[in-house]
Amino acid sequence: MAKSRFKSPWILHFNCGSCNGCDIEILACLTPRFDVERFGMLHMGNPKHADILLVTGPANRRNARVLRNLYEQTPDPKVVVAVGTCACTGGMFHNCPNVLGGVDKVIPVDVYVPGCAARPEAIIDGVVLALKKLAEKKVEPVKAVGGR
Amino acid sequence: MSKGQTKRKYTIFPFGPQHPVLPEPIQLRFTVDEERIVDVGVNIGYVHRGIERACELNDYRRNVYICERICGICNFIHALCYCMVVEKLLGLEVPERANYLRVIWSELNRLESHLLWLGLFADAMGFESLFMQFWRDRELVMDLQERTGGNRVIISTCVIGGVRRDIGRDLANLVEQGMLKLKRHMDALAPVILKDPGIKKRTVGKGILTYEDAVRLGAVGPTARGSGVAKDIRSTGYAAYGALGFEPVVEKDGDCYARLLVRFYEVYQAIDLILKALKEMPEGKIRVKPDRWPEGEATARAEQPRGELFYYAKANGSNRLERLKVRTPTLANIPSLLAMLPGYEVADIPVIVLSIDPCIACTERITYLKKDGGK
Repeated sequence: MAKSRFKSPWILHFNCGSCNGCDIEILACLTPRFDVERFGMLHMGNPKHADILLVTGPANRRNARVLRNLYEQTPDPKVVVAVGTCACTGGMFHNCPNVLGGVDKVIPVDVYVPGCAARPEAIIDGVVLALKKLAEKKVEPVKAVGGR
Repeated sequence: MSKGQTKRKYTIFPFGPQHPVLPEPIQLRFTVDEERIVDVGVNIGYVHRGIERACELNDYRRNVYICERICGICNFIHALCYCMVVEKLLGLEVPERANYLRVIWSELNRLESHLLWLGLFADAMGFESLFMQFWRDRELVMDLQERTGGNRVIISTCVIGGVRRDIGRDLANLVEQGMLKLKRHMDALAPVILKDPGIKKRTVGKGILTYEDAVRLGAVGPTARGSGVAKDIRSTGYAAYGALGFEPVVEKDGDCYARLLVRFYEVYQAIDLILKALKEMPEGKIRVKPDRWPEGEATARAEQPRGELFYYAKANGSNRLERLKVRTPTLANIPSLLAMLPGYEVADIPVIVLSIDPCIACTERITYLKKDGGK
């Protein structure tokens, strides 16, 4: 089980205010030229299926709640990868009125991938780094409900 | 309540903001009667960053880079439209060669965006292999953007008074070969789009927008052209479109298939425009420097892959703009989308929603009040 988690990590992608530039590069990672499925990575729509949370774009006041929800719904162990300069620090939007800053203002981030827009190679590299972190993270044994 | 007459029970379910079909956050609330959609509400603002305000705080020459990041997909056209509005304020005449180069990059952006959309649309229909094939061909365009502009996605070649880079003879040859190759690949995919019964089953007769509705609700871009409205800002002849000669692609049926065809034919049209622009591009300067600060009010319009883009700027003779207003095509198309959906089944939602090519990053300009109210 633990082995399959980093041999075939499932990814959840959330755009929290990005310009789409990084998002299309994440999608480009899935397609024939870059093809991350050869690493066993699958793009998932359901946070409860995911091991890696890929976040693009700066956090703003409205989507911070959605982002926190998604983070909490993703089961442990999980890693968060901030893709793109905006997700790392807020980038060029850092002093915009509605922007809180980087994604790490809302949820803990494990790997930062800079670039505007981050190149697919950089994103793949970031995810592979995230896999190492995922392997290091300990899994808390799940306690049975009801005191048994 | 009398006997035998039960109150109809409707279910309301939210679609988004995070959803596998949508790469971007938007929330649609559907009221459904079993499988049939009765009503739709929309909830946006998840991507609002306050870019218009940021543009008022920065130097007008630096705003080009902010405007580019309104939308990463059609970044060059945003920069172009911003430059056009500021050039009007400055009374600046752009060199002829720069106009042709602007057309080439605009059309590369359009190709990239349409191929992206065709892929995503195929994915929404469940046609995975077609998705992969369109995205493979899209990499050809991305390579050309990288070779000519220096970056894959945000190319930053447009500046006030012209363009920042030139396309020399070698690069022009490269672009030409790339376009011919892309055309061959599109010819290979054309039978799938035009004949495949699976595609027709999912799209023909779905999400119909009539000509009257398209006009009444102010649809723009391929959404309007799919309903027979020949509305395309490129016909006004900005940049070098006037000199190149331009006829909009129009389909009459108004369903998802018509919008698919419009975008597919526009891929061919963009290839032809690039080839023609490369051939007819005159020699000369590519940039003139502004000699004063902007003053007055002006508007500019350009055609994005999704429709009409509109910029309004007001300046008072300092190095900052007093006000910048951006109206993007997806915002104009949302009323049409809400009119398309009722009456169809829940399983058709992804196809119909994608058929207007929603770009939420563009849309989020007007949620300022709503955000404050909703907080």
